[in-house]
Amino acid sequence: MSILEVKDLYKSFGKTQVLRGISFSMEQGEVLSIIGSSGSGKTTLLRCLTSLERADSGSITVNGKTVFDPAAGVKLTREEARENQLQFGMVFQQFNLFPQYSVLDNVTLARRLHAKELPDYASRKKQIIEEIETDAMYLLDRVGLAQKAKNYPCQLSGGQQQRVAIARALAMKPAILCFDEPTSALDPELTGEVLAVIRSLASQHTTMIIVTHEMNFARDVSDTVLFMDGGIVAVKGAPDYVFGEGATPRMRTFIGKMG
Amino acid sequence: MSMFWSVTLNLLEGFGMTLTLFALTLLFAIPLGLLIAFGSMSKLGKTFYRKTSGSEGKEKKPFAVYPIAALCKFFVWVIRGTPLMLQLIVIFYGPGLLGYDLLPRFTAVLIAFSINYACYFSEIFRGGIESIPKGQYEAGQVLGMTRVQTFFHVVLLQVVKRIIPPMGNEIITLVKDTSLARVISVYEIIWNAQAYIKREGLLWPLLYTAVFYLLFSGFLSLLFGYIEKKLDYFKS
Ligand SMILES: Nc1ncnc2c1ncn2[C@@H]1O[C@H](COP(=O)(O)OP(=O)(O)O)[C@@H](O)[C@H]1O
Ligand SMILES: [Mg+2]
Repeated sequence: MSILEVKDLYKSFGKTQVLRGISFSMEQGEVLSIIGSSGSGKTTLLRCLTSLERADSGSITVNGKTVFDPAAGVKLTREEARENQLQFGMVFQQFNLFPQYSVLDNVTLARRLHAKELPDYASRKKQIIEEIETDAMYLLDRVGLAQKAKNYPCQLSGGQQQRVAIARALAMKPAILCFDEPTSALDPELTGEVLAVIRSLASQHTTMIIVTHEMNFARDVSDTVLFMDGGIVAVKGAPDYVFGEGATPRMRTFIGKMG
Repeated sequence: MSMFWSVTLNLLEGFGMTLTLFALTLLFAIPLGLLIAFGSMSKLGKTFYRKTSGSEGKEKKPFAVYPIAALCKFFVWVIRGTPLMLQLIVIFYGPGLLGYDLLPRFTAVLIAFSINYACYFSEIFRGGIESIPKGQYEAGQVLGMTRVQTFFHVVLLQVVKRIIPPMGNEIITLVKDTSLARVISVYEIIWNAQAYIKREGLLWPLLYTAVFYLLFSGFLSLLFGYIEKKLDYFKS
């Protein structure tokens, strides 16, 4: 069973049709990269998956459960919507760290708030918080920032901030981790450290959807590459195919521009 | 007892009234201001479509009507657009003109001040809340936090940091505005000082009041400077 199945997704903003029938599916442990020129709808697609935006029609099925299909009358309860929200992690282009919290607190905040709903929270509070912090320190160590746990986001470089954002997203144990151009806001010399973290996640078979303009990275980290063009999936397949025989003329032009 | 001490004690008593009015106004104006701020940001309403003929033939142009927001903005416009002294007089003498009992003087002043300052505060709050990037709310959402959790745990402190300087200004203005209460005979410090001119032809007690105002507004400046510094540890 696919972990994610997207069928015929449409989305317009006013008169602008942004997604015009997107379909694809992915398996557990798969790394899917989405490439395409600016304005082709990549961000909108991720936002529809992560419930930051609601598509107009089509369907989204996560782990066998249809979470979006207005034509079939699918409507999630508040609890289901929240559950579905947590299936997806999101790493934003602009990091969006919480500036008033330390690195550690950025990673633990949401889980600490969720923990308050546990029935045994009052009696096990100390132990629960300790567990959450241990998990967070482990994740910070994985992104190479354990020694920055007590720092504030404004004291970190962009690359470090993005790595914290990745740890923060991982803390929720999402089934699928989405990245929206995670290195586009970074100085060129800082992209490497972020890509290295994503690479290490890929080697551990973290299920990921990565929107990126880093062509070489997409090529060697992905199991599947998807080229979006004008709101549709123009080419999809293994990297060798997509960057090789599968490339359409428009895609060749695009890759040519990306260098 | 020397004249100086008796004047000091008398002014101090008046200043007690000034401070009471100041503190109670803040107590009511801040929550009311927050309410008006949320009201004027309310998206409750209806979107209508107006048919127009545009470049591509017939188009439907959407326009939204948000009655709660409109009402709040109208209210803020009226209150900010008229003198506080006028509002004070309307609230104190208005009921009489309509044949109702007058409100106690202090209550009337407190109502007028609270409403007036709530309107100014609401604009500061609204500006502060709207200046927080959408990404902060979205980050909260994708981490499974509710809107309320995101507001209180993520957004609020950032808003506070941004509004501390303009709130400091407004609040120091309020200290001095309290002297308007004398127009409906609430015995605050300026009223007490003016009494010396009328009774004994003494001007210096009135000038002396400046010391009280300066000490208190100096204290407030220090307080706001302290809070600002406390929140200096993060940038947003
Ligand atoms: N909230 C929005 N309102 C109106 N138009 C939008 C909105 N978000 C995206 N768009 C439009 O949708 C198109 C695709 O945007 P986007 O999904 O951001 O593309 P990409 O991420 O591939 O650059 C663009 O033309 C953009 O202007
Ligand atoms: Mg984008």
